[in-house]
Amino acid sequence: MHEISLCEDIRTTLEEEAVKQNFNQVTKIWLDIGPLSCVEPEALRFGFDAVMRGSVAEGAALEIHAPKGDAYCLACHSKVQVTSRFDTCPNCGAAELQITGGDALKIRKLEVV
Amino acid sequence: MCGTCGCGEGETRIEGKAHHAHSHEPREIELHRDIMAKNDAYADANRRLFAEKDILALNLVSSPGSGKTSLLVKTIEAMSGPVAVIEGDQQTSNDATRIRATGAPAVQINTGKGCHLDAHMVGHGLEDLDPDPGATVFIENVGNLVCPAGFDLGEASKVVVFSITEGEDKPLKYPDMFAAADLALINKIDLLPYLDFDMDLAIENARRVNPKLDILPVSATSGEGMENWLTWIATARAKTGLSAAAE
Repeated sequence: MHEISLCEDIRTTLEEEAVKQNFNQVTKIWLDIGPLSCVEPEALRFGFDAVMRGSVAEGAALEIHAPKGDAYCLACHSKVQVTSRFDTCPNCGAAELQITGGDALKIRKLEVV
Repeated sequence: MCGTCGCGEGETRIEGKAHHAHSHEPREIELHRDIMAKNDAYADANRRLFAEKDILALNLVSSPGSGKTSLLVKTIEAMSGPVAVIEGDQQTSNDATRIRATGAPAVQINTGKGCHLDAHMVGHGLEDLDPDPGATVFIENVGNLVCPAGFDLGEASKVVVFSITEGEDKPLKYPDMFAAADLALINKIDLLPYLDFDMDLAIENARRVNPKLDILPVSATSGEGMENWLTWIATARAKTGLSAAAE
């Protein structure tokens, strides 16, 4: 459950931003969780509410956006989109895909009061 | 609740505009902050320390029971030059004790309920370990093929160890770890005659997840393949821009 420790890092970031950017409460938070990152969105959601309790983000709505996974096919040299690390190339069927994007883990946006 | 004026708790509303300076209207803030930023900053600090001290750091990851510690003991015995080890486990200092028996310094980190080492823990471990300049530092991560994949510790490479008793499809079952690693050591090959293990299929599965992965079959017990692993370590030093290990 490393998602819990990531929630704790998110909480620390939000507490710091509350002081820096002068807000009292986070009402909504938008995260980018890439499909090829090491994070299971549902596990993060599960930990989020518990970890945010007592913080500036207690009760905040959580919106998780999954950016597309990008890869480069070493066989046919095309840029393709993938959803897992062992997808085959949709153009040529080769398995030698180099992942180039889709592993982002970001706090994109906050709604605060 | 508004920390300045107290409004917002339950049904409380306080009239008047002048009682404090900020608005109660919701506003949006574009943050674009990497969630791993805190860990990555500690990892960068570790990486700087390794570079300053001419240290090659390797992060050994695997499931529990793959034979990481036995492999490490045999590796240390075969290596020339200084070696130091950070051991990560939920509980006990058994592994650090086994490493110290080889004469190499070791620090045990117990993660308690934690499922992985993070760069902050490793930074503190390094303060206690104080490895010699020019050393090879092995970080033996918590036995877990999931969580440690996402945490940069400042190492030059992750090395994933998987033993042939775990089955050929391990790389497909735990792709994140095999994708994050630069080298896979397929351990316990002395057991090949007794098991129905397809080495070619295992290698094909690993490459499917990570086409650039180096793969070396080894046995800590018989010593088979250990030379290749030691050569890989020496090459990793050169690739990282470090001096050759002292004899």
